[in-house]
Amino acid sequence: MNIFTADFFFSIIRIATPILFATLAAVIGEKGGVSNIGLEGIMMMSALFGSLGAYWTKSWLIGLLLAMAVGLLESLVMGFFAFNLKTNIILTGTAINMIGSGGCLFLVKVITGQASTTALITKSLQIPSISIPLIRDIPYIGKIISGHSVLTYIAFLLVWLTIVLLYKTPLGLNIRSVGENPNAASSVGVSVLKIQYITIGIGGILAGMGGAFMSMYYAMGWSQDMVAGRGFIALAAQSMGGGEPVGSMLAALIFGFASALGIKISATGVDSNLVAPIPYIVTIIALVIFALNEKRKEKQRHSSAALQK
Amino acid sequence: MGEEFVIQMKGITKVYPNGTVANQDVNFDVKKGEIHALMGENGAGKSTLMKMLFGLEQPTSGEILVNGEPVNLSSPTVAISHGIGMVHQHFMLVPSLTVAENMVLGMVPKKSGMLIDYKKAVALTEEYSKKFNLPVEANARVADIPVGMKQKVEILKALVRGAKILILDEPTAVLTTQETAELFVELENLKKQGYTMIFISHKLNEIMEITDRMTILRGGRSMGIYNTKDVTPEEISRLMVGRDVVLKVEKEPAQPGEEVLRVRDLEYINEWGKKMLDKVSLSVRKGEILGIAGVEGNGQKELVDMLFGFNTPNAGSVKVSGEEILGLNQREIRERHISLVPEDRMLYGIAATASIEENLISDRTANKELNKGILFNMSEIHKMSDQLVKDYTVLCKSAGQTIGSLSGGNIQKVVVAREFSNDPVLIIADQPTRGIDVGATEFIRKKLVELSRSGIAVLLVSADLNEVMELSDSLIIMCGGRIAAYFEDTRDLSDELMGKYMLGIEQQTPEEIRRVCHE
Repeated sequence: MNIFTADFFFSIIRIATPILFATLAAVIGEKGGVSNIGLEGIMMMSALFGSLGAYWTKSWLIGLLLAMAVGLLESLVMGFFAFNLKTNIILTGTAINMIGSGGCLFLVKVITGQASTTALITKSLQIPSISIPLIRDIPYIGKIISGHSVLTYIAFLLVWLTIVLLYKTPLGLNIRSVGENPNAASSVGVSVLKIQYITIGIGGILAGMGGAFMSMYYAMGWSQDMVAGRGFIALAAQSMGGGEPVGSMLAALIFGFASALGIKISATGVDSNLVAPIPYIVTIIALVIFALNEKRKEKQRHSSAALQK
Repeated sequence: MGEEFVIQMKGITKVYPNGTVANQDVNFDVKKGEIHALMGENGAGKSTLMKMLFGLEQPTSGEILVNGEPVNLSSPTVAISHGIGMVHQHFMLVPSLTVAENMVLGMVPKKSGMLIDYKKAVALTEEYSKKFNLPVEANARVADIPVGMKQKVEILKALVRGAKILILDEPTAVLTTQETAELFVELENLKKQGYTMIFISHKLNEIMEITDRMTILRGGRSMGIYNTKDVTPEEISRLMVGRDVVLKVEKEPAQPGEEVLRVRDLEYINEWGKKMLDKVSLSVRKGEILGIAGVEGNGQKELVDMLFGFNTPNAGSVKVSGEEILGLNQREIRERHISLVPEDRMLYGIAATASIEENLISDRTANKELNKGILFNMSEIHKMSDQLVKDYTVLCKSAGQTIGSLSGGNIQKVVVAREFSNDPVLIIADQPTRGIDVGATEFIRKKLVELSRSGIAVLLVSADLNEVMELSDSLIIMCGGRIAAYFEDTRDLSDELMGKYMLGIEQQTPEEIRRVCHE
């Protein structure tokens, strides 16, 4: 059986999209010295409100905007606790994650009267896909690249925008300096608090888009535990990518690859319980390879420089 | 008085929320175009006074006038807008950014609306660099440039923000002798261009060399303002500590015994491939102090790291009392009665949030006398630490006080008390008096001499020339990871001669250097 069909690569991109959103949130967060471990919970809550917003207004766009707004709001609440009230940001993030799993379930029950899913009422409200003229006609490639949701294209566009933001704008310079040496930033009049709020806020919006993708495209509406660790995988992707946008995007794609592989294998009739751990095993293997590679590079540099002496 | 005061601080009192009185009724003024020294021991209130001038702290009472106008310096931004700039002791730079990016941080030039105009940032950096004759590499990452250049960047950062009055917080603490000389030329140059500088320092010779007037603080109070040319170093030190500090340490000639530390052919290539130690061999005998002088970064730190198991050399051997200690961990090394006064006391010397007492027993928690079953014998521990606090004149409320709240000198006294009281055969003292006040410095130096005369081997690493020359019986100079010179007797060594070896202008023959092995 040929695994590497156009469909397979198409699904890698589809699966990687929500991870990519959260990964970019993690990249910007880490650059600004804000470890946002609450991405998972933010995605959860945004997924719910994206889906509900679309249902209430009959507009996927408003649903998406609501998801982003909820992501922003949650991240700002997190920031208020972490920056103003000086709580430990890891614990704050953990609280956000717990609200994400328990709070959503509660809200679904209160708002819709349904248990553990909104699929019954929201199934027809999806983010549209785009079929790209000309590109879609390229054999093989066209099938991989064309036909994704609007958000997927936005996600990849955002990789480039993140680079511009971090390295080409005054705000990016401030984010990086606050992340690296907040004293240096504040000594020249940069408001560290403001930059931290902006950093976490951008992350919240991005995670919100990831959440919207989950409930409004990836699945038909919100269901319990649907984010399934993507917020955490994003943190791993950020670290695997060395904290840089492009590297982290590639790492997100590796996770997409692993998940797609899992789906493909289970389609051949292998017990799904055996297949389910594949993405996580790939994560561990990728991290080990990454670490070994870094070590080797370090050693090489060391010995080659020593040889020159 | 036709003279113009750019800064006047009148009756400044600062009481911190925890009740510490950092400044009490201090009067301080600075004339336009002068270099004004602010002197005092650690904890005398210099930093607090300057923090208030730079808007980082607000006075509890008192008045600050800039150019004769009363001002409310509520934040550094306000201070900067009044033309006050500060060059911090710990550089306020972002290492991964370039020099130009650091220069414009917080005031970034923009192009096409929202992007950084990096070219303009570089041009601005180069313009100021030229104008004030402070050469920096605009495109280099700050992480890659030497300390001296980082300081130039800091000064330029203040100037580019329109500072006319520069506060320099112990600017020479991190500089080599040569860089210090460069800095002084640059400061004179700034002075000629009408800039005013406040120079915080402990170093008497520097103050005498570069400043016009000085304010001396002691215990949070001002001891007066003096013209530098009217006071002698002895007077200054008396005003600072309230008694004559004997900067000369009296010591008997050493009577070296058997070899304790034996280092042979130590080689180390660091992770970036730079050879930091090149066949370093030396011996330290019982009852002597061997000093290691040299410009920082010439292998001294690496040598100490090897001796105390923080790093592994590529080749060579280190024996203490005949036993190889390479490859042992710090506990095993300490079990062999080797003590270390580390260079960075906050990082390696103490746990800042623990109490004085806890820090004192941290190397001996397994001692039988301090334990009772599986629990500590607290009464024994209190007794021991009270005694050490008394013996080493640590200024504190009690041994239960958090060590981080003490002044630098007192923290170092605690470190020294621990390291000296565990029956050592070898003491490695790495920059033992860096950045601490004259009183504590004198105390620690005397103690080192006293211990060496009682038969302990001491290896003293210091960037302070006075210190190595005063304390050492014999000394070596390190340059570029090698021993550049060995002097059996330090008494008639001159600064100039040492300088030549330190900067690599001269180098002794291998035979001359080999004498340090006493074979």
